[in-house]
Amino acid sequence: MTVLTAACAAVAVLSLFLILGYILAGGLRSLSFGFLIHDPKPVDEPGGGIANGIVGSLIMIALGSMFGLPIGILAGVFLSEFGSNKFGQVLRFLIDTLTGTPSIVIGVVVWTVMVHPMGYFSALAGGVALGIMMMPIVARTTEEMIRLVPHSLREAGLALGAPRWRVTLGVVLRTAASGVATGAMLAIARIAGETAPLLFTALSLNYLSTNLLQPMASLTFQIYYYAGSPYEVWHDMAWAATLVLVAMILGLNIIVKILTRNRHQQG
Amino acid sequence: MESNLAGAAVESPGPVNPNQPSPSAARVLRKRSARPRLGDPLFKGATGLFAVMIAGLAAFIMVSMAIGSRLAFEKFGLSFLLKSIWDPVKGEFGALPFIYGTVASSLLALLIAVPLSLGVAIFLVEKAPRKLSEPILFVVQLLAAIPSVVYGLWGVFVLAPLLRESVYPKLQAILGFTPLFSGHQNGLGLLSAGLILSIMVLPIITAVTTDVLRAVPNTQREASLALGATKWEATVIVLQNAKSGISGAIILGLGRAIGETMAVTMIIGNRPQISASLFDPSYTIASSIANEFTEATSEIHLQSLVALGLILFIVTFIINMLARLLVWGVTRGEGRGAHV
Repeated sequence: MTVLTAACAAVAVLSLFLILGYILAGGLRSLSFGFLIHDPKPVDEPGGGIANGIVGSLIMIALGSMFGLPIGILAGVFLSEFGSNKFGQVLRFLIDTLTGTPSIVIGVVVWTVMVHPMGYFSALAGGVALGIMMMPIVARTTEEMIRLVPHSLREAGLALGAPRWRVTLGVVLRTAASGVATGAMLAIARIAGETAPLLFTALSLNYLSTNLLQPMASLTFQIYYYAGSPYEVWHDMAWAATLVLVAMILGLNIIVKILTRNRHQQG
Repeated sequence: MESNLAGAAVESPGPVNPNQPSPSAARVLRKRSARPRLGDPLFKGATGLFAVMIAGLAAFIMVSMAIGSRLAFEKFGLSFLLKSIWDPVKGEFGALPFIYGTVASSLLALLIAVPLSLGVAIFLVEKAPRKLSEPILFVVQLLAAIPSVVYGLWGVFVLAPLLRESVYPKLQAILGFTPLFSGHQNGLGLLSAGLILSIMVLPIITAVTTDVLRAVPNTQREASLALGATKWEATVIVLQNAKSGISGAIILGLGRAIGETMAVTMIIGNRPQISASLFDPSYTIASSIANEFTEATSEIHLQSLVALGLILFIVTFIINMLARLLVWGVTRGEGRGAHV
């Protein structure tokens, strides 16, 4: 039986390396410095790049983090500090359930309440969609990180006569800061790979733009678009863009892993 | 390190060592005041507001989509779920082929992913030494970090050609007499979607099952072994104890598979039909929304797509709720799998 279960583990591990291997091989074929700093060009012109997608993704991830992180972190603070009663249980349960919401649904909702009334696709709507995706994840990771802070610390703060909110913000949250930050990084890694919430919120744009009230390109949308095109050149661009995206996301994940491992060793 | 921190906060109210990460407790001491504390209720209220806001997203999503799909439900009623004609030109919309495609591709994914994930989880918790299980678990979690669109790209350019040229023809030679594996195939279709989905849901099922198995107390294992059970029998007993949690993990995987969009859209072939052959192209709820939303021109078409979104949300929400209840019963809401 050990052999059989070990074989399962081997299959899982191999599938990751198989996929990564193809991405590396496919991506390196057409990855160059110019690819990173140029806008896309028509299919018969060489030298097109994905600068618009990289910049667009970064802008919308930043926007999403602006909405998602503060709200998520403060909600997490509430859940850990005041959420041990029935009300907190219900909130925690709903938020946990929301982490599994299909990302395409978030896209449709933001389209209905934002894009449709405004009448145009915009990077802002894309950022809002990504922010909504982040909130439940950040809230729950923040809560768990804060729970790791020993009670003696809170008691020490309160015993010194500090009000609860100062102890929470100044002592508890600060002690848990690195944990909260790693949670935030994981959430960012998660939204960085999202395509579905951007399909009909930010749409895409063929050139580099920083206007938040216009459609905006993203790496993920470009991968989807190029992969679906009939041109070999664009398929190569999709692979190269994928390499950039996956390097970013796996990089974040590995950094988080290293950071959390160090913390465990110290503790 | 943590006890050290607590000690510093109590013992050194004077000059604070800049190397101490948390000097605030000491600073707070000097600013102590006897004023009535408005800060605390205010703080609780403000953070609570955000928590309620996030939890309230569930209601917000449902209400806004219900309003956005009002016309479709008024016009088609229940037949929206039961009819299989999806014709934007004639304005006829029935979601049955999408529901079929979603359910069929997700079940296929589970069929492959569940045994595999259980195998990995059993290996990690019951068999492998900690030194080996930690890195393997990390690698499996990295599978969850790979974006959906990347799975789609890999599926279209690597997996589909492989299936088309070597796997499916062999499968057809052996099982072609059954309707499930009959007919023409081009590598893109229901089975291919199920395969790619199975890789995508493997991490979450594995991670949650691992948490659940780890939550089974060691005394269970020791007791079975002491009673003369073999190692394998002891594992079976652990699995029986973790049954509800494992069901939760599987249902969680089902929820992910149902809502998965990009990879499926790219590989399932996108044809709204209910066909016996697993090789045939199909369509899911999520992929029809992804494909048609920006191209829909009539109001009723748009509203029908929003209606699909609403159905998808309600179904996944119920599924996730059920899964959480089952998993929480075992792990008490803790564990790393919760947020994969």
